[in-house]
Amino acid sequence: MMDYSQFLLMPQEIGLLLVFLLVFIYDTFMPERTQRHMPIFTVILFALYTIYCFCPVVSGEAFGGMFESNPATWVMKNILNVGVLLVLLQAVKWTNSDFVSVRRGEFYELILLTLFGMFLMISSRHFLLFVIGLETASLPIAALAAFEKRHYESHEAAAKYIFTAIFSSAIFLLGISFVYGMSGTLYFRDIATAVLGNHSALLIAALAFVIAGVGFKLSLVPFHLWTADVYQGAPTAVTSYLSVISKGAAAFSFLVILVQVFGSAYSQVWEWMLYALIVLTITLGNLFAMRQRNLKRFLAFSSISQAGYIMLGVIAVNVMGMSSMIYYVLVYIFSNLAAFGVIAAIERQTGRVTMDDYNGLFKTNPWLAFTMMLAMFSLGGIPPFAGFFSKFFIFVGACNQGSVAIYVLVLIALVNTIISLYYYLLVVKAMFLRQDDCVIPTIQSHWTERLGLILCVLGVIFIGLVSCIYTAINGSVDAINSMFAAIQ
Amino acid sequence: MDLTLFMYLIPSLIMFGCGVYGFITRKNMIAIMISLELMLNSVDINFVVFNRYLFPGQMDGMFFSLFAIAIAAAETALALAIIINVFRIAKNVDINQITKLKF
Repeated sequence: MMDYSQFLLMPQEIGLLLVFLLVFIYDTFMPERTQRHMPIFTVILFALYTIYCFCPVVSGEAFGGMFESNPATWVMKNILNVGVLLVLLQAVKWTNSDFVSVRRGEFYELILLTLFGMFLMISSRHFLLFVIGLETASLPIAALAAFEKRHYESHEAAAKYIFTAIFSSAIFLLGISFVYGMSGTLYFRDIATAVLGNHSALLIAALAFVIAGVGFKLSLVPFHLWTADVYQGAPTAVTSYLSVISKGAAAFSFLVILVQVFGSAYSQVWEWMLYALIVLTITLGNLFAMRQRNLKRFLAFSSISQAGYIMLGVIAVNVMGMSSMIYYVLVYIFSNLAAFGVIAAIERQTGRVTMDDYNGLFKTNPWLAFTMMLAMFSLGGIPPFAGFFSKFFIFVGACNQGSVAIYVLVLIALVNTIISLYYYLLVVKAMFLRQDDCVIPTIQSHWTERLGLILCVLGVIFIGLVSCIYTAINGSVDAINSMFAAIQ
Repeated sequence: MDLTLFMYLIPSLIMFGCGVYGFITRKNMIAIMISLELMLNSVDINFVVFNRYLFPGQMDGMFFSLFAIAIAAAETALALAIIINVFRIAKNVDINQITKLKF
């Protein structure tokens, strides 16, 4: 007899499934003339759901320890909810446009399903559940990338994404099979006890495969080659979703796997693997971003280097590292979605996405240019915007780890922050200082786009200044600090 | 002759290697898909063999491979759909011709 009360531990997942079902029913059974209200319906429903999710949940384990709910997963899921709400707001006008509107229901259903997969990834404490979550989170994104049927680029992006996604999950599964061969179990906690004190070649190979598999999802260098193509080819709404939400979820579950399962091999094995990955990711991401002219490609490389900064919170393996990583994801969601919101609004009306198209944008669209400037300042880490605080906390968290090597790593990251300022300010320079004959005309943005951008700007300005946000995240991570006790 | 654990593991690893080699060298998208299937199936062999030889009392590995087969089927279905879409719009499944997005 199954104990149904354990479903009470997963109110966020069940609420999300309810939202999904309601959207699905609306899409399938409502008459044709009401269909164009569906985006607004979804946004309102999802906003209510987001507010509902802020009610605290009970901590505990369900389904024999496969699923865990604790304050940190609760915070992470809420942050992802807020990000998805912003993405949905910015996509309303796009899904009502001519060629997309026939299939707009699928867009919302697939987005909600991938979010469900990410929730499973975040909460899973068993590799079977984790793999199911990972695939639920990554497969629908390939379908979403192919969403603009009449655009050739969209299909090419989808093909590239699906092949790299399957390849990476095959590598990840191979790593898991080695772990299973070593320990005979798939529960995170039992594997951790089984591999304690074991630094065999098999464990190192398994860790390398696991890190490579998740590294593909996070687009860490050298597993990043799909990122720029997919970001450029996919519809902008999908790109913004892919760049912030799935990256945040993957980073969180990556930390949980590395710390909880392989914590005893930290200083011997994976600290150095991750060290090399971070140095490569931050540096190469920055260097390639400099030469990009297409803004979506440019943001793709910028998001690669940002993933390197997020990994600094993982290599720190302490409470501050983890909470600053979650905080970094929150700030990154707001600043990146502000940038993508501006790009999407301009692309939807004029179809122009290169940096030269933005010359003199301030003259015709002062508010869009201002929003883009704030987003760039925040991504580059200029005080007093939120990006400065997130970078500051993540550097402090990494330094708290204490070893000299990590200090050197933080120094490399700092130097790279200065390099990244150069290319972020190139966009600002194009908008404010450059002149052009064919400036983008004044754009009448839809109220949903405007609302999404205003929320992003408020987030960029206030998340850093309102210190109780970081304190709340830190407090919730502190509740699970026993996780870091196994680090050796 | 008794079959040992390694007599299964080594063919499975060779299969995985063939999959990686095919993924890198094939030019036809369908052939790439077949290589990926090889990789996923070799992982299933690993799970089943580890379960059978090392931990015969439990079923974790068997169940995992069942789920992995289902997931692989879903992946293949989606990838084939995308390949068909690419073929419709580009009249081609040769990856040397699908190169509009690059540096």
